Amino acid sequence: MTLKVENIGLVKTQYFTFGEPPDELKLDSGKALGPIVLAFETYGELNADKSNAILVVHALSGDAHAAGFHEGDKEPGWWNDMIGPNKALDTNKYFVICSNCLGGCRGSTGPSSINPQTNKPYGLSFPVITIADMVRAQKYLIDHLGIKKLLCVIGGSMGGMQVLQWVASFPKSVQSAIPIACALKHSPQQIAFDEVGRQAVMADPAWNEGNYYDAEKPERGLAVARMIGHITYMSDKSMEDKFSRRLKDKDYSFKFITDFEVEGYLRYRGDSFVKRFDANSYLYVTKAMDYFDLSGAKLIPKAIDVRFLVISFKSDWLYPSYQSQDIVRQLKIRGVDATYCEINSTYGHDAFLLEVEEETRLIKHFLKKTFHGYNIAR
Amino acid sequence: MSAETSLDYRIITDIVEPDSKVLDLGCGNGDLLYLLAKEKNAVVQGIELNDEAIYQCVEKGLSVFHSDIDSSLSEYPDKSFDYVILNQSLQEVKRADFVMEEALRVGNKAIIGFSNFAHIKARFMMFFRGKAPITKSLPYHWFDTPNVRFLSISDFKNYCVVKGFKILHVRYLGKRKEVNFWPNLFALNAIFVIQK
Repeated sequence: MTLKVENIGLVKTQYFTFGEPPDELKLDSGKALGPIVLAFETYGELNADKSNAILVVHALSGDAHAAGFHEGDKEPGWWNDMIGPNKALDTNKYFVICSNCLGGCRGSTGPSSINPQTNKPYGLSFPVITIADMVRAQKYLIDHLGIKKLLCVIGGSMGGMQVLQWVASFPKSVQSAIPIACALKHSPQQIAFDEVGRQAVMADPAWNEGNYYDAEKPERGLAVARMIGHITYMSDKSMEDKFSRRLKDKDYSFKFITDFEVEGYLRYRGDSFVKRFDANSYLYVTKAMDYFDLSGAKLIPKAIDVRFLVISFKSDWLYPSYQSQDIVRQLKIRGVDATYCEINSTYGHDAFLLEVEEETRLIKHFLKKTFHGYNIAR
Repeated sequence: MSAETSLDYRIITDIVEPDSKVLDLGCGNGDLLYLLAKEKNAVVQGIELNDEAIYQCVEKGLSVFHSDIDSSLSEYPDKSFDYVILNQSLQEVKRADFVMEEALRVGNKAIIGFSNFAHIKARFMMFFRGKAPITKSLPYHWFDTPNVRFLSISDFKNYCVVKGFKILHVRYLGKRKEVNFWPNLFALNAIFVIQK
């Protein structure tokens, strides 16, 4: 029997503040930060013994609004296809939480937030943060919600790194982990793409050493960074299918304007990104990804009782399958209960947002088994 | 176990002791692992290359790795499992000898099930009709078979002697029941339990 898949209705972002001085959050850099605001949303109901909570962690450009609709919006949250009644993360069964990451710009404390000590935006005086710092902040939120153990932490790309970091930092607070299209560490190629993006931002004169909040924003630089990003999120095949060499007009213009549809698409993506994203956040968050390294024994220093579902995509060349297989290798060595699937997709890295049907088939059943117990016979 | 459960699955389930740790190499849609978990309370894990089979395993609640067999064993510490199963998959692996060695490194024992190339019908087809054999246990044509190697019961016994593998137990399978008379001629399939 297939149950009807439904959308969550209207949702609202909530805000949680912690780390007021002198209890600031201690960061990997040695600095302390506080107070910190985390924007978050929840979907579904937390059950009586608080055993049905799933934390969704977002990718580079994501935010706390993972599902449902904000008042007046036509577009739902970024993972609406996966979260809702009878979907992969079934809100009839589970309590789903998603928060904007520390260092972000969508309601959580980041470089564009006002520094209470100066009453001005932090800008570059914001401390450099790591994926582990993001997860530390999320732990405060989970504690605040009274949840001792998360049924699952799930996310793709940078979200997947946070999933792995949750296991490394708080293994006793996680029952299962679903890292999707991610890696134990950034390869030089991944760092290189991030650095080109950062350089594009910093080369924009409007960036002004990060000090642009009361002036023109470095929109050109950030848009170029996003355009590069989008190229790495697609595959050769998906670009051919989507654009081929189709032109915007009938013929070549013989000018340096957008001739090809692919150019128009990238410009559109770049331009719409700058409206919702802060250039400094882009620097901080990509830096956090580059610093991330849980390779070797760092992921799981000693035996743990966490189940894993590791997912990669065949055409993802930004986070190739071998990186997911590296995660799996570390799990096998330590006898950790794990499942690995490489989904046969042509969408490239974007697949983690697009291959809903395949991901649902895997995630739904994996969660069901985690929630209802390990023994298959029961 | 239902009456339809295939003979090889029944025999393997019969062999595996309760609560064993089992790794199935080429576990297909996971039916055998599910049976072992259910009937023998075994702690099971599978490795499978086929996409659709992986989804079906996850739907059954099994832990599986999407990979080929040849390259997926090196991470496991020695003797991680009580049993490593290669049922109808040894014929398909590229490096059979390496996989056998690895199976007996990561597993205390290995259960090897394969089709007998020396079955009387296969011999008949080769000898009288001059054709590559097609039998109940080897149902493919030469152009569509997933098998890359063909062996008989005698071949496998010989191999175990050469390699110094101990044969702990053998079962010979006919169409519906076990056969014990002249197995290399009359058995369609064989299941060996071996140890290093």
